[in-house]
Formats: sequence, structure tokens, C-alpha cells
Amino acid sequence: MLDTRPQTDEIWRWLAEVEDPEIPVISVVDLGIVRQVDWQGDTLVVAVTPTYSGCPAVSVINFEIEKHLRAKGIEDLRIERRLSPPWTTEWLSDAGREKLKAYGIAPPIPDTGTPDRKAQRAARLAGRSALDVECPRCGSRETERVSQFGSTPCKASWRCRDCLEPFDYFKCI
Amino acid sequence: MPSLPDMNTPNVEELAARAAKGQSHDPHLENVELKPAFFDWLCRMGDSTLILGHRVSEWCGKAPALEEDIALANTALDLIGHTQMWLGLAAEVEDAGRDADRLAYLRDAMKFRNLLIVELPKGDMAQTVMRQFLFDAWHHAMLTRLLSSTSPRVAEIAAKALKEVTYHLERSSDLVIRLGDGTEESNRRMRHALDILWPYTGEMFMTDSVDEAVAAEGIAPRADELRTEWVETVREVLDEATLDLPKAKADAQKGGKSGRHTEHLGFLLAEMQFLQRAYPGAEW
Repeated sequence: MLDTRPQTDEIWRWLAEVEDPEIPVISVVDLGIVRQVDWQGDTLVVAVTPTYSGCPAVSVINFEIEKHLRAKGIEDLRIERRLSPPWTTEWLSDAGREKLKAYGIAPPIPDTGTPDRKAQRAARLAGRSALDVECPRCGSRETERVSQFGSTPCKASWRCRDCLEPFDYFKCI
Repeated sequence: MPSLPDMNTPNVEELAARAAKGQSHDPHLENVELKPAFFDWLCRMGDSTLILGHRVSEWCGKAPALEEDIALANTALDLIGHTQMWLGLAAEVEDAGRDADRLAYLRDAMKFRNLLIVELPKGDMAQTVMRQFLFDAWHHAMLTRLLSSTSPRVAEIAAKALKEVTYHLERSSDLVIRLGDGTEESNRRMRHALDILWPYTGEMFMTDSVDEAVAAEGIAPRADELRTEWVETVREVLDEATLDLPKAKADAQKGGKSGRHTEHLGFLLAEMQFLQRAYPGAEW
């Protein structure tokens, strides 16, 4: 039990210590899924948005957030599901992008999720991807997409033509 | 080159401001007269995504290629995520103490409101891919229209789901083209799949009193308003896939939207609902 109610800045710092269960090198704050932290009376309300609507990690994430904040002494706490506006990879922090890359996951390339789809499709039918994704292992740009779906809903499967390693690309939405 | 509709990005700032003030208020939830039709319409959306999600998940662990196995499992997961949102809202509208899980696991076949096309057995990969494409083309057109629904709750579900469905449509279009314009064998199977599925496609565009009631409130478009866009997408992709648009009647098979199903749904539910029926209230 805490004597004084912590400021929301302090809470944000605590939340930055909660890891994403699927990609443990980045925090839920890096991922951009914590949308709001507010005191409503004596209750701390944390609004969390899902990355993908069927993401099975959602309940684990909520549990981890609650566990961590309780360990910090917060007793009166509510986690709200926030659907709108829908999550976008634009909300990934710069620090988060760097950590993803160091972990072996190519970070999303901004602004490629929406407008360029026709061009991408044309390029793929012609045998290559219009996206220029850098291999997180060797840095080569000679890479190709294997599948737009990967080991978790938020990732696509890619491979490097130079070092021949497969890797995950965090796809734009 | 077939062109697919671009994803519509909702106005993020406006949505964020609205969300920060608390749950988006939806006046339609208090409209008592509208309740039965609104509930039914939400079940049509949620049941179609649930049953298709289940059918697609049947490939998990046995798809012909690892990448396809993963893609199918991801697609199923998205669809089941959409179901939680649609049936969750349906339960709120009904306001009778049920939740999304109860609606999914404890209703009998006649209470389901899904399109017949999604309950047909998964068949071979050609049938799975072709069904996914025919459904995705409808789903994408519907969700795009729902972004401007007068119901803020419906609009926010659509905005979330559309991002994922755009990927679904891109993948299924791509596979229809590759398999249609592939080998003699893949082309034959794709033609066969199209012949089987075509008579079920007309149901997507049949407008009844439920559709009319929600359309009158501006919640959703009338079902028949989506046909032109759907035909355009389907024609473009089939052309590229060297497949002909079937000449058979598209509306020979219908009834799912009002609870008259094929014999396949009962078998599917027997498997899907088994655990909750045998061990009521069981949790992970």
C-alpha cells in the first residue's frame, strides 16, 4: 500500500518495465499499446489496445500489467480494452524499433501499410517485393518475402538472399 | 493487373479524442424497437466470422506447406478476434445476461445467422482458397462501408477488422491467381471449387427485413448495395486467374441468414461446442 497516489508519469515509467510476452525485448509502452493512464477517483485506469483483434497475447499482457502495478503497491486498478483508434505500427517507439532490430526482427517500414498496396502486389507478381527490407542479421537489402504471415499475427516471414537466413519482418498496419 | 481497393484509414485524432472521453456513446443501443434486428444483424456478422474462422482453423497442422499452415492459422485467429467484437456487441445489445462466449458455444444450429458459404466443409486447398477469396471480397466491401456507420461501436469494430481483412483479401486474391493460372491440375481444381461455391454467393446480397431495419438507421448498407463492388473485384481477379465467371444462378442456396442451414453446420458445432456442452463453464 502506498501512502501517496503516484503521478501518472511515474506509472508510465513502471509500465515501460513490462515486457511484451511474445517479443520480450520490447515493453508494452515501446509497442504503443498503452493508450491512456488516468486516475478516476481512487482507481487507476489503464487503457490498452490490442495489436491484432485475435492476438492471443492480450490476456497475458493485461495480466502482466496488473501484476507489475500491484507489485508497485497499486491496489485499486482497472484495465480497459480500448478499440478505437485501432493500433498502428506508427505507434512503435524509436527505441522499440532499435530493440526489435537488435533482437533479429526487421522493424516496420513506416507508411508502407496502406497506400502502396497495388504497387507491392504488382511487384510481387513480377517476382519481387516492392518493400526494401534490411536483413536484421547481415544488413543486406537483397531480401524477399516468403509469406505475409509469420510466427505471430504482427509479423511476416522473410529471408535474406545473401546470408540465406530466414527472419521476421514486423509488418505495417 | 487487378487493382484492389486501398485500405481506408480512419481519422485517428478524432477517434482518439472520442475514446479519451470514455466509451463511444452509441444511441442505437438504447433503441428498444431496433433491438431484435440490430441483434440479428450483429449475429450475422459474428457468426459468419466465427464459422469461417473454425473452418479455416481445421487446416492447422496439416496444410500442404508450412507457410500456408501459418497463414491459415493467422487468418482464423483474426476472424475469431472479429467474432469476439461482433458477438460481444450483440450480447450488449440483447442485454439478456449472455456474453460472446455463451452466444458462440451455447446456441443451437437454428439460432446461428451465418452465411451458408462459410459452413461448407473446407474441401481441398482450391475450395478453401476460393471460398476465402469470395468471402474476403464481400467482407472488405462491407467493412469499408461500415467505417461510416452511424453506430460508433460498429464503426470502431470495422476500423479494427478492416486492417486485417485487407491482408486477407490480398493473400486470397494472390493465391486464386497463382492456382487458377498455375498447372493444369490446379486450374481444374479451382474451376471445380468455383462451380461448387458459386450458388452460395448470392446470399451475401439478399436484403431482408433485418437488413432494411439496420440500413434505415444508417448502421449498415443494404446487403444488395455491395454487389456491384464485389462483382468488380471478383471479375478482375478471376480474369487474371484465367477463370471464367460461372453462368449458374448465384442465389440457388440461401437461408443461413435466417437460421436455415445445411447439414454441415450441426457437425461443425458438435465439435466446436463440445467442451462447453460437456463441461459447462469450463475455463482455461
